[in-house]
Amino acid sequence: MSLEVAVRHRFPGFALDVAFTAPDGVTALFGRSGSGKTSVVNAVAGLLRPDAGRVVARGEALVDTGARLWRAPHRRRIGYVFQEARLFPHLSVRQNLLYGRWFARHGGDGPEFDHVVDLLGLAPLLSRRPATLSGGERQRVSIGRAILSRPRLLLMDEPLAALDEARRAEILPYLERVRDEAGIPILYVSHSVSEVARLATTVIVLDEGRVLRAGAAEDVLSDPFSAASAGIRGVGAVITGRIDTHHSDGLTELSTSSAQIFLPRVAAAVGAEIRVRIEAQDVTLSLTRPEGISALNILPCEITDIRRGEGPGVLVRLRSGADTLLARITQRSAERMGLARGTACHAVIKTVSVAPEDIGRRG
Amino acid sequence: MDWLTPEAWSAVVLSLRVSLTATLVSLPLGVFVAHALARWSFPGKQVLNGLVHLPLILPPVVTGYLLLLTFGRQGPVGGFLDQCCGIVFAFRWTGAALAAAVMAFPLMVRAIRLSIEAVDPGLEQAAATLGASRLWVFATVTLPMILPGILTGAILAFAKAMGEFGATITFVSNIPGETQTLPSAIYAFLQVPGGEGTAIKLVLVSVAVAMAALLASEVLAARMARRLSGT
Repeated sequence: MSLEVAVRHRFPGFALDVAFTAPDGVTALFGRSGSGKTSVVNAVAGLLRPDAGRVVARGEALVDTGARLWRAPHRRRIGYVFQEARLFPHLSVRQNLLYGRWFARHGGDGPEFDHVVDLLGLAPLLSRRPATLSGGERQRVSIGRAILSRPRLLLMDEPLAALDEARRAEILPYLERVRDEAGIPILYVSHSVSEVARLATTVIVLDEGRVLRAGAAEDVLSDPFSAASAGIRGVGAVITGRIDTHHSDGLTELSTSSAQIFLPRVAAAVGAEIRVRIEAQDVTLSLTRPEGISALNILPCEITDIRRGEGPGVLVRLRSGADTLLARITQRSAERMGLARGTACHAVIKTVSVAPEDIGRRG
Repeated sequence: MDWLTPEAWSAVVLSLRVSLTATLVSLPLGVFVAHALARWSFPGKQVLNGLVHLPLILPPVVTGYLLLLTFGRQGPVGGFLDQCCGIVFAFRWTGAALAAAVMAFPLMVRAIRLSIEAVDPGLEQAAATLGASRLWVFATVTLPMILPGILTGAILAFAKAMGEFGATITFVSNIPGETQTLPSAIYAFLQVPGGEGTAIKLVLVSVAVAMAALLASEVLAARMARRLSGT
């Protein structure tokens, strides 16, 4: 278990009371703004001193109010990537990168400077000052600076939230590389479903200072209950598959546990395992296998749950092979088709409805 | 140097020495107090703030008299320093420097405190998560970023020290060659018939020094700001 957190803290008008454990890999703290995500991360970093609680990282206690233990932030060896990069303006990019490394010089093994510079594509920036960098470049430097301080754990507090869509798409592949190659557990704060679906192995959903759901990313993200807390619009499920063929008409064919599916060209090699997030509102249900239809992806499914929300919609949870899918349809359709738990049906997904930012490499 | 009489010349040199000493010696304390007031919370913070600013509000004569009571040879601190270390303030140029430092301290602390408050605490937090202790954070992040503010504070303090009159004359009197600073000398020359000529020359020197200090600080501050922003 790489991180155990149990903290209680009372802010004016807000109470935080969370407990969870995070395994290796990327654990996403997910929830709306104001749900307490940043406070949890600050408690782990030592920037917030909780009223009561315990934080243990890789077997070492950082806070234990019961035992009157408090380790100062600079003795925790926890890399923190802030939303606004927080680079030191009076130092060059190289000096920023080496800042934490100098304090951790006796800290044993860690990634090599050149390796991190390669990983994040920082070589052309080394002699520049932070003021001359773009938002995306700044955030890459900030990630490199954190990794180079030889942390036992990385915290990322909405590292992409301050960036526009294009910059986000530029950084996400770097984050996937960090996840896959740096070998450091990451606690990742986000309120973006597509980021969490792409990066996280474990998801913890926070709401009003409490843990609402915790578990494997695929399960939590396709759970209608946690979907509701994420805001119904962004609901979707994550399915995994392996790339079979890149077709000449611009499509990539994937084999999933239940069927072959087609996606817009995916930038990964044949044989690569990828994760695809399918939004619930892009899934159409049919009781018989549809014929003469333009949609390319038809997955045989079984209904495992139907959840009525407010308004005219229902959220249907489906099992398709080993994967879970979510479909958002009207209550009228559900009644007309006589959908119920256990009903066999087909999920229809248009290839072009899958957005590129919802496709990522599997960690 | 026959443009100035030897007596007037020694007043100019003494004033520069007193002001430089007062500024340089009080600067580290000024940075420390400014940092404490800007960043720490501790009991008695408002009392410290009030004490620092007191010389700004009190009549200078009162400050000078309080200094005499405290740091005079009969005073509790002055007597102790005299006996233990042979340091005497009363009626010496060191006393003039002490008076100047005390009077200039609020201006210095204010300027530095403002520049510390302008530093994003988030940068200091980031440095801490990267392994820097509080002292290292200050030395490697806060201090380099507040250098322009420190410079401004020092120049302000120097200018104030050059002009200090009331507390100085009350505390260390007006002894030519020992405690007669520029303002005291101007005052003294104005008291004797035919002294206006020398007094006017000293006024010109005083204006020139003040202008030079101001210009130097502008140039240096602009250079530092350029270096800090890295553009």
